[in-house]
Amino acid sequence: MANLMTMTEPVTTAGGAARAGTQAIGRFWRAIRSNRKAAVGTVLLAFFTLLAIWPSLIAKDPPQADLYKSALGPSTAHLFGTTQYGQDLFSQFVNGTRETLIIAVVSGVLSTFLSVFMGLAAGYLGGVFDLVLNYITDVLLVIPTLPLLIIIVAFLPGSGVPVLIAVLTVTGYSYGARQLRAQTLSLRGRDFLEAARVRGERAMYIVFVELIPTMTSLIVATFLGTAVFNVIAAAGLQFLGIGDPDSLSWGTMLYWAQNNEALQTDQYMWAIVPGVGIALLGAAFALLNYAFDEIGNPALRPVRGSRRSVFRTRRLRVERAS
Amino acid sequence: MRYALRRAGFFALTLWTCITLNFLLPRLMPGNPAEALLARFKGRINPAALHALEIAFGVNTKASIWSQYVKYLYNLIHLRFGTSITFFPEPVTHVVLQALPWTLGLIGVTTILAFLLGTLIGIVGAWRRGGWLDSVLPPVFIITSAIPYFWLAMLLIIIFSLQLHWFPAFFNVNPSLTASWNWSYVGDILDHAVLPAASILITFIGGWILTMRNTMITTLAEDYIRMARAKGLPARRIMFDYAARNAILPNLSGFAMSLGFVVSGAVFVEYVFNYNGVGYLLVQALDSEDYPLMQALFLLITVAVLLAILLADIATALLDPRTRAAR
Repeated sequence: MANLMTMTEPVTTAGGAARAGTQAIGRFWRAIRSNRKAAVGTVLLAFFTLLAIWPSLIAKDPPQADLYKSALGPSTAHLFGTTQYGQDLFSQFVNGTRETLIIAVVSGVLSTFLSVFMGLAAGYLGGVFDLVLNYITDVLLVIPTLPLLIIIVAFLPGSGVPVLIAVLTVTGYSYGARQLRAQTLSLRGRDFLEAARVRGERAMYIVFVELIPTMTSLIVATFLGTAVFNVIAAAGLQFLGIGDPDSLSWGTMLYWAQNNEALQTDQYMWAIVPGVGIALLGAAFALLNYAFDEIGNPALRPVRGSRRSVFRTRRLRVERAS
Repeated sequence: MRYALRRAGFFALTLWTCITLNFLLPRLMPGNPAEALLARFKGRINPAALHALEIAFGVNTKASIWSQYVKYLYNLIHLRFGTSITFFPEPVTHVVLQALPWTLGLIGVTTILAFLLGTLIGIVGAWRRGGWLDSVLPPVFIITSAIPYFWLAMLLIIIFSLQLHWFPAFFNVNPSLTASWNWSYVGDILDHAVLPAASILITFIGGWILTMRNTMITTLAEDYIRMARAKGLPARRIMFDYAARNAILPNLSGFAMSLGFVVSGAVFVEYVFNYNGVGYLLVQALDSEDYPLMQALFLLITVAVLLAILLADIATALLDPRTRAAR
């Protein structure tokens, strides 16, 4: 407990920046070991990353070739069955991981960069910068995202995966930028920044070495939150046929399922399988996000007593079984 | 009062930004996609509709961009959004007005219901810390918050409509019935609304429960709660009048902020259920490249969301004196 309290204090020396970095990594490992939510989230994410890097390890069939009979049910040969075109659904699912994960992570990272830039610039520079940047952020925050995305994409000449990522980046940064700006405003008057200014450090140095390291956990939280949102948003847009429907991801799988009336023709697996993937990937990011929240705010953690009793009953059951 | 004026000013400015964005988008895009589009439409649609598109995109006109802009604003004020291409020759306004009540009824009611119910569950969950509600719900709702709304809608259709045959899966009302205010017609509407409403409720209630629970837990640690307990006030009084009243404010402003997301989700739900509302219309417009309809819907949805946020903001200000004083 005491340990945690000192860690959330802002790092007050310039040399502390590097230490803040290693502290963040250390905190992450401790989080995974001590927090069940963090552990489950990490395992899920690691699993999907493996699938994205080496899909051919467990899925041998070419995912988009029409090799088999159409609309087969689940069997040992086709774990999830086949599509109406005779494609193997299991192979489609495994191979679709890559694009889904890339869209979520890349747009999440880019959005976070934009959030940090807009939030810090607005909060740190103040004055007219703050007024203009904060206005842009606030406007993007309140405009309903999906209709905005639809009219942007409808007018754009091309619409591949890069366009999808670009649009998600621009529309998804605002919430994080707002939080980072608030945090910057509250840190701006602190002594350690004042000291750096008196020492005559350049603004760039102050922002990158003094300010950003103290906000690591908020930046990580911003990334995780944006990633959850982007997993769902990207899948939704692809479900509507935005982006390239011929590329393979869980979103485009749902698009083809919907366009072939998978529900009305009893091909349930076609609609269920990609959705489970999206939900699990989103849940992985969300679990990590809530775990970070609990680590930062101990009051939110599950009550100890009840958790211990859960363990106890579980152990009892195991003993009885053996 | 000054606070309300400031917020109203911000919303007026935001609205202006959206309106201008709507005007500029087709004119700013690289490689003039508007002309390419018109070339594709030529011969396929009525010359009058083509002309309407030309005006909307600012192609084949000698007017300066400023006079186009003024004309665009003038038409906007008179609610003239041009002619729909999909439903030619119906004016866009007419098409939109037919869909609007369905969406307001379904999405409006469900959103408010999700907020009220979620907040209440959050309050009770935080109050009985460690109880079954508190230990079961948070993990469950972390999962449901990651479920794509449209996919949940598909699942509900599979289970409750195609397998169990409890509710109809598609459309807002049985097309063979004639519209009237008798019980069988209204009952049919409600019957069709159950599944779409459930999918919106399930996806969005989790967020309200979690934020309400978390602020409630923080509030329950305050000294004035301990004071109230020490005075021997009844538990229900402390829970609602002392703790919840203070904890609800962040949730209320969070509600306002997330309305945009909720509406976006509702678009998908309408699409999956073929529910003939504004969202379904938007997807149809996207599919058939019905630009006038698309632009009108974008503006309509934005205005609706802005108004709702403004109302929630004013409610927050009325409930919390600090917001009025701040800034």
